[in-house]
Amino acid sequence: MKKIRNLIQKYIDSSPRYKSMVLINVTVAIFCALFFGMFIYLGIFVSTSTMELYDNSYNNRQELQEQNVLRGTIYASGGEILAESRIDENGVERRYYPYGSVFAHAVGYSVNGRMGIEDYANYYLMHSGATLSERVDNDLENVKDPGYNVMSTLDVNLQQVADDYLGLYNGAVIVTEVKTGRILALVSHPNFNPGSIKEDWEAITSDPKGSQLLNRATQGLYPPGSTFKIITALAFYKQNPDTWEDYRFECTGNIMHDDYRISCIYGTVHGDLDLISSFAKSCNSSFVNIGLSLDRDMWADTMDDLYFNRRLPTDLLANYGRAYVGAASTDYDIMQTSIGQGKTTLTPLHLNMITQAIANGGEMMKPYLIDEIVDENGNVIRSFSPESAGMVISPDEAEFLTELMTAVCEYGTARVLVNDNYTVAGKTGTAEFANDINESHAWFTAFAPAEDPEICVTIIIEKAGTGVEYAVPLAKRIFDAYFGV
Amino acid sequence: MQITLKYYVIELSKYLIAFTMLLYTGLALVCNFSKNKKAVSICCSLQSGVLLVLMFLCFLDMTFVSGKEEYLYLFAFITLFLFFMITIVTIIYDKADRVLLNNMCLLSGLGLCIVSRLSFTRAFRQYIITLVSFAICLAIPFVIERFRFFRKLLWVYAGVGIVALLIVLTGTKVNGAHITYTIKGFTFQPSEIVKILFLFFIAALLYKYNDLKWIFISAVISGCFVIILVLSKDLGSALIFFVAYFMILIMSTHNYWYLLTGLAGGAIACVAAYNIFDHVKVRVVAFLDPWTYIDDQAYQITQSLFAISSGGWFGAGLMQGRPWDIPYVDQDLIFSAMCEEFGLLFALCVLTICLCCFYRMMFMSRIIGDKFYQIVVYGIGVMYIFQVFLTVGGGIKFIPLTGVTLPFISYGGSSVLSTFIMFFIVQGIYIKSLKYEKSLDEKNTKPDTKVH
Repeated sequence: MKKIRNLIQKYIDSSPRYKSMVLINVTVAIFCALFFGMFIYLGIFVSTSTMELYDNSYNNRQELQEQNVLRGTIYASGGEILAESRIDENGVERRYYPYGSVFAHAVGYSVNGRMGIEDYANYYLMHSGATLSERVDNDLENVKDPGYNVMSTLDVNLQQVADDYLGLYNGAVIVTEVKTGRILALVSHPNFNPGSIKEDWEAITSDPKGSQLLNRATQGLYPPGSTFKIITALAFYKQNPDTWEDYRFECTGNIMHDDYRISCIYGTVHGDLDLISSFAKSCNSSFVNIGLSLDRDMWADTMDDLYFNRRLPTDLLANYGRAYVGAASTDYDIMQTSIGQGKTTLTPLHLNMITQAIANGGEMMKPYLIDEIVDENGNVIRSFSPESAGMVISPDEAEFLTELMTAVCEYGTARVLVNDNYTVAGKTGTAEFANDINESHAWFTAFAPAEDPEICVTIIIEKAGTGVEYAVPLAKRIFDAYFGV
Repeated sequence: MQITLKYYVIELSKYLIAFTMLLYTGLALVCNFSKNKKAVSICCSLQSGVLLVLMFLCFLDMTFVSGKEEYLYLFAFITLFLFFMITIVTIIYDKADRVLLNNMCLLSGLGLCIVSRLSFTRAFRQYIITLVSFAICLAIPFVIERFRFFRKLLWVYAGVGIVALLIVLTGTKVNGAHITYTIKGFTFQPSEIVKILFLFFIAALLYKYNDLKWIFISAVISGCFVIILVLSKDLGSALIFFVAYFMILIMSTHNYWYLLTGLAGGAIACVAAYNIFDHVKVRVVAFLDPWTYIDDQAYQITQSLFAISSGGWFGAGLMQGRPWDIPYVDQDLIFSAMCEEFGLLFALCVLTICLCCFYRMMFMSRIIGDKFYQIVVYGIGVMYIFQVFLTVGGGIKFIPLTGVTLPFISYGGSSVLSTFIMFFIVQGIYIKSLKYEKSLDEKNTKPDTKVH
């Protein structure tokens, strides 16, 4: 302090000439600092934004690239070609999709805008790793330089099984690898044929009911129905860590609270239940009872941990689930939310990520579609390794939920899945959005094997009735296909 | 064969140009900071060589890519011009500062090179302007050395400056702003020249009178300049005048409270301008949220960002990018064009050279004995580097875009002329003070020898 005062005094006593020197040095320091800041800003800007800005539709530099580069090929994880560019007999460059509409939303398209992997990997597909001499040769032969190829995580077999079974129903299927978050299959119906998107564009976009371009798996917001009981049960477990085993409920087929009545599906009377059997039998009355007993703030925290109402940890174009419990909720809202009805919505991807976290001991993995970017000689340009999105629930909570979900598939609503080859843990759901139960969305989210999970499947079939009848058999097909049964 | 060669030239010259520029910048740093006079002299000579190599590489590249041999003529012209500039100046004024001279040659050479790449016809005009500017400016050090009346003309500076700006303000609008004035096909941007008049006015006034009354008068007159510029939508120049005024005020009074006053006043003025003038609001909106207004107010800045990001560290290579996607690229956003085709490494080197010029001027200002001249050199340095900061910072979205030229490099006659004048004034004052000090030394040393 004293030193500073002495310095100031020394400055005040100094000659005008000395004072000018000081000011000149100060000016130099100020501008050097400003420029230094600019250098750092520029360095960071150029090293981080190149890919993002390249993909911007206002950036005409894509045209430059199109003149010189032949769009790269997209492969499935088994090496099958999912999309490639070829020059047809008329010399016109076209994009071919050998599996037609099967991979519509997952692989996407690259004309009239972009979607899916065609969009996520656009920068790489349109940049070439050709060496100088190769480029010279290509120019001499009048062919374009090949763009980088994309090795996707998609599995042709699982994708086809899911696509076949979903058939004419609207809905979505998403299959991920539990330990990594790699997406093995991603189906959304209704779909489109990416190879003829340009010709079909008018028809697709002018169709009033048409939502073919919507990727229901990642963006479709549905009422989660009974699958949301996973979250309700988790909140109950967190709030009653020592006493949850003592929970008992006598189901009479419905529950009344403040003049509101909520019934179990088909009015079934489930009788005497504990928490596990309430979950396994998907008893609405019992879960409404649980929901009403919960502390709302803690419940909201539980949902927040699971990425409700905030951006999902993924680079995919996705919607997050919405759910609200708090001071503004009426008791009726709470009753509805307990069983995943009311204003609560969820995307298949989001539910899949929650299921995956349960299967993975509480650690959520970021779902992703691209394994590697390779050049035409197979050299890896960039590889994408699994990324954690953090422990969203504790290992103990994951074990608890696995126990509940195993019960569902052993003696509960999904007991048809009992077989000798693998065990399944899952939760069915029937999301009612109309009065007719046959108009409900069928949900099923599950992972297998229950004791050492490998894959995680989430299915929604629109207006198909109950999850038990329609979604569970599809999951069985996918598991059978995966485990080679 | 042709194609093969073309590819190798494009690819190789990209790295060679960046490397040559790096080498030049390294030499410039040595020249600026080394105390060893011999080393500085050697580095200066080396710099001149490296400079010509750099020009050669750029033009060779452009000739190969475009297949137009016109570029070779342009190269011949630039080489001759730069060569003469260095030799003539050093012959006529042997005391002229080589370090500043070299950097000046590099920047104007680069400017000619980039403008040639952007447009052939504009390049031709730019060449003539540069040549004429140089010829005019060659006399400046001579005039400064002979005459002492510059500090007495303060009301002439203020009068001429304000009248010139007012004429423009009442003139026709070009691109929504009253910035230029056209007579018989020649377009002037008076604010570029008025900048220098303003500087001399403030320096002459504050050097002479230091009391509060005169400081107040100087503030009012400077305010007039700034307000006329804001009204004519020349925000960049308004800011440059404003900053230069306060820095010179502090330089002549050594009172740092004015810095606080300036900052506070500047902040209030900015808020007021934001609320009163729509064209200020548009700039701020485009700065804060460019991606939302990408097809409208922020089109220019986002196109500039595309260009910079597409270049990467080594650039796309000369004539491999799309600089013309950026509106007014040759004037306001030439730095972005440079980033796109020459790469970030090269662009950072150019900025370092600009900083070196500024540092050199500050270094000179330190040793100049005459207070008036010291203030003038200091003011020129601040104006120069602040203008560079405004245009570069604006183009990279570091600060809101104001639309001023990058001195020496941007296309535009007034800008080139005024920058040449400023640099030669600095040279002239430096030469004069060196001679003055030498004569002082001689006076001082003579009695000493007698004592011994």
